[in-house]
Amino acid sequence: MKYKRDPKRIREVLGDKIQFILGDMACVYGGLLAGCSFFAGYPITPASEVAEGMARLLPRVGGTYIQMEDEIGSLAAVIGASWGGAKAMTATSGPGFSLMMENYGYAVMTETPCVIVNVQRTGPSTGQPTLGAQGDMMQVRWGTHGDFEAIALAPSTVQECMDLTIEAFNLAEKYRNPVCVMTDGEIGHLRERIVIPDEKELKIINRVPATIDKEKFIPFSNSQIQKNSKVPDFPTFGTGYHTYVTGLTHNIYGFPATDKQKDHQELVLRITTKITDDREKLTMVEKLYIDDAKIAVVTYGATARPAETAVEMARRKGIKVGMLRLKLVWPFPIKEIQNLASQVDKIVVPEMNLGQIVHPIREYSEGQCEVVNVPKVGGEMHLPHEIFKYLEGK
Amino acid sequence: MKKEIRICGFGGQGVILAGFIIGKAASVYMDYNAVQSQSYGPEARGGAARSEIVISDKKIGYPRPTSVDLLVAMSQEAFDTYRDDIRDDTVIIIDPDLVKKHSIGRPLYKIHAQQIAEELGNKIVTNIVMVGAATSIFGFLKPDAVRNAVMDSVPSRFKELNLKAFEKGLEAGKNAKPGL
Repeated sequence: MKYKRDPKRIREVLGDKIQFILGDMACVYGGLLAGCSFFAGYPITPASEVAEGMARLLPRVGGTYIQMEDEIGSLAAVIGASWGGAKAMTATSGPGFSLMMENYGYAVMTETPCVIVNVQRTGPSTGQPTLGAQGDMMQVRWGTHGDFEAIALAPSTVQECMDLTIEAFNLAEKYRNPVCVMTDGEIGHLRERIVIPDEKELKIINRVPATIDKEKFIPFSNSQIQKNSKVPDFPTFGTGYHTYVTGLTHNIYGFPATDKQKDHQELVLRITTKITDDREKLTMVEKLYIDDAKIAVVTYGATARPAETAVEMARRKGIKVGMLRLKLVWPFPIKEIQNLASQVDKIVVPEMNLGQIVHPIREYSEGQCEVVNVPKVGGEMHLPHEIFKYLEGK
Repeated sequence: MKKEIRICGFGGQGVILAGFIIGKAASVYMDYNAVQSQSYGPEARGGAARSEIVISDKKIGYPRPTSVDLLVAMSQEAFDTYRDDIRDDTVIIIDPDLVKKHSIGRPLYKIHAQQIAEELGNKIVTNIVMVGAATSIFGFLKPDAVRNAVMDSVPSRFKELNLKAFEKGLEAGKNAKPGL
């Protein structure tokens, strides 16, 4: 199957430029705009609308939708589609994300570009299906075994569900790594106005295909085309580049080298530093009233909504509070946190979990300021005053 | 400017669609920022369901109501469950056939939405009658904007029925007087 991204057709299928839609649906729109042509998934609340939307719209732009037997199969199919040259994605929630951990690691190890939308709900286990949470923020970073780097985005609005899904595809293609859009039941099931970007406003990145002489091709080393890139050129299956793909430790030729310390070290250092070398380039934050702030809220995803209201309340009372919102949570924006911690007396971290991203914030604050964990669990987002009370001075 | 609206009833009545229509009218056809959220039980029918809309000319942070300006109730259970945070000046609209125990010592608007829908031939449009009535009574939403949003949101073979339901609701709202 040969898919060609057709911007005009995609917009015909998406409809009006300004719409009032669900966060989950906005992830579908983002996928289509990015050129996603393959979706495999297994429906799960509160992510089912992503699968429903893809089932309805993807075939209309010439793409393929498959409902798989479970989430393990879903990500496996996505990985296969990606090796066939497709931009591919899946969507799930906590229980499905847990099942995907095996193939998440396989995608990392085989350097397969793909996008996973995780509409987080309360856990552990099946938890509260219809309610939102931010309980998988560490799972996305550490949930699969071994040494790896995660790339994870966290939308706070419906518009961002679309925009950051496009960004997720771009990053997946650029770094040849799975990229996760860590939304949640609150934002996924919120309806808001979105504006669909015109083609000229969009930046679309495609993986660099292997073009070198087939005899000279090395599948798992630095790029043979781009200077100073640790991301290998992509040998799409069927284009004649012989490639052996394995989750086992492999040498630059792709063949298992399971007893070679040096090969493993080289491989793992390359697939992690290809991302961390660009940590600062990747950093995506939004700052509100940071310049003169003595207290800062550091937040991401749904929690940024009540946090922003709380910061506005505090500012109206003349309290010097600012907000730093992480649009990209992993790789962690170390410099931003170091700088912030050197400026403020206190960092307040509200999360819809018992405390996850507060840990790297505390680590990279390096003791320069107090870091306060403001957890809320049970499927409801913080009320603004529940955050505000931590902002009323020391 | 900020308006907070809650529409509640039982699952299957279309309270979420009603909220969607109001949110779409405000955001797409009136150019405000609007967010719509919902909560409902796991049942497809029955159980208390609610749909909430926040409309503002500024960026909307916390997306749920903190102080409701308009409460529309279409079932007794929902009316009893979801009115704990209303103010003295909150506009309340109920269907007295569905919310029989509504004497709470303050005036509210009574719209026989289900009865009007039945007269039109299908009680499935009760929610749209209520949307029409709320449009007139609350005064903030432009009838044209809401009408456009209704037409966008219903299947084409039911457009005429829904349009009639909306117009009947608008009219009922215009004539309604608050009573105890």
